[in-house]
Amino acid sequence: MSASTATSASVNAPTHNAATRRARRRSATLGVVAWVVGIGFCLPALWMVLTSFHAEADAATNPPSLAAALTLDGYRTFFGGGGGPTPWPPLVNSLAASFFSTVLVLLLALPAAYALSIRRVRKWTDVMFFFLSTKMLPVVAGLLPVYLFAKNTGLLDNIWLLVLLYTSMNLPIAVWMMQSFLADVPVSIIEAAQVDGARLPTVLRRVVAPVAGPGIAATALICFIFSWNELLFARVLTGVVAGTAPVHLTTFVTSQGLFLAQLCAASVVVSLPVLVAGYAAQDKLVQGLSLGAVK
Amino acid sequence: MTVTATRETTSPPVPARKAGGGNRRRAWATRAPLLPALIFLIAVTQLPFVATLVISLFDWNSLKPEKRHFTGLSNYASVFTDEALRESVVTTVVLTASVVIVSVVLGLVLALLLDRAFFGRGFVRTLLITPFLLVPVSAALLWKHALYNPEYGLFNGALTWFGELLGIESVAQPEWTSEMPLIAIEASLVWQWTPFMMLILLAGLQSRPAEIMEAARLDGAGPWQMFRHLTLPHLRRYLELGILLGSVYIVQNFDAVFTITSGGLGTANLPYTVYETFYRAHEYGLASAAGVVVVIGTIIIATFALRVVSSLFREEAGRA
Repeated sequence: MSASTATSASVNAPTHNAATRRARRRSATLGVVAWVVGIGFCLPALWMVLTSFHAEADAATNPPSLAAALTLDGYRTFFGGGGGPTPWPPLVNSLAASFFSTVLVLLLALPAAYALSIRRVRKWTDVMFFFLSTKMLPVVAGLLPVYLFAKNTGLLDNIWLLVLLYTSMNLPIAVWMMQSFLADVPVSIIEAAQVDGARLPTVLRRVVAPVAGPGIAATALICFIFSWNELLFARVLTGVVAGTAPVHLTTFVTSQGLFLAQLCAASVVVSLPVLVAGYAAQDKLVQGLSLGAVK
Repeated sequence: MTVTATRETTSPPVPARKAGGGNRRRAWATRAPLLPALIFLIAVTQLPFVATLVISLFDWNSLKPEKRHFTGLSNYASVFTDEALRESVVTTVVLTASVVIVSVVLGLVLALLLDRAFFGRGFVRTLLITPFLLVPVSAALLWKHALYNPEYGLFNGALTWFGELLGIESVAQPEWTSEMPLIAIEASLVWQWTPFMMLILLAGLQSRPAEIMEAARLDGAGPWQMFRHLTLPHLRRYLELGILLGSVYIVQNFDAVFTITSGGLGTANLPYTVYETFYRAHEYGLASAAGVVVVIGTIIIATFALRVVSSLFREEAGRA
């Protein structure tokens, strides 16, 4: 583009220079606008982080005390420093439910995606759309039967029930994402490796993994995020034993007195894993959220 | 262009020949990796829904289990005649539509802002997607307590600031969540979902054919003309995708309604009402019928969503 402007600039220099200068000024202005909008849009989140480092008394003022002294008290209280309940069991429950469901999703989705991209079954698109249609089924549609089933089998308040449900919740997304990543692996290379006598595990490790690896990692991160965020199932199906971090957050605000700094600290802590995973998977986020339809 | 592309690829598959034993075995070997995932999904998602359908035909209150009996479609009649349930149908539609429309428009503006090189663009993009990456419950709690609280929330705090700045004596201090409960929920959801729309639309903007845009610019098309006649038509399917996927997710929203208003003051949407009906009122039959209504609503949206995804998908497959 710079080359073309250079050549045309020599043709009619004065008007064009003015135009480029105007264009450059406009784009600089828009850059500033983007910065302002970006910070403004993110302001509630930034406010949450700032408040989490304030003392409770400074967090609950009107007008807000921006420059109040910073302290870790909010975090200390959240982690049970003031004799309150410790958040570790819910955090560990969330971690376990998200981690094991993600592993299970990968174990089920990888072979399925293989059969939908590399060695395709007949009518593979129909199968893809069946997977997707289950994702469109609202959670509330099956909530009551799942609850009754859990109650009758003693699985209520059990983290493994959540693992199964989160797996089913994320499986369609994972199949779609991985299908689109595995489809990027050139079939000719796989066939060549097989002709050379490589067995399937070797092919998967040596040929498929390097190409599709980053995509598979992003899929795992997105499944982890969705499981970590889930509230409705966890709220209905768990209690004191298997309660997850989001459930803990909702029951947290019953304490008397000031709690805003503590609450912000809790929100920051619970959101932190998702933020880290989300920033890490940023480039693949769109593809995951649009079920692989947008690359 | 799209239409022809779709038509070409949807030609009926070659009818299967009667396969011999070896072929059949090979076909099953190809299918085998698919089966665990399929069976798992059917067992965990489809079977419960069938159970919901069955339960929805019963008059069943779990506090009076001995009175359980078959009532046919009367639960559905209740869903549509019961004042509260009917209201929650309306609330669901209003909530979903307003959140989706506003966040698509804002997302488009943000995507257009980001669709050019400027200093620190990656960082601004990271800032913009942050709301989407907060755990939904913490985002809802943040809005409810740190922003909306009438005594010390940031919104009323900012109003006080402006008041002091302009020298106004008594500045309005609205009770956000009780004076405008639905708008309060919608605003927090718009904040969370705008980045989602932005990401999809940004991907759409960046897939515009560069040569055509350049040619139009050289032909003297103004920015508005280019937006109206080139960008918008190109974005159409990305807009559709964002709208439909957003609708599918937001129609199911539970977290924000549960956290910000607990479904009070006319903000109970269908998912929340289903939860209330079964978890608090123990009306299993009625809750199931309401659940089925949510599913029917979702299927209507989802059919369109699937069609859009499918057209994008086939185009990608055709390009490969």
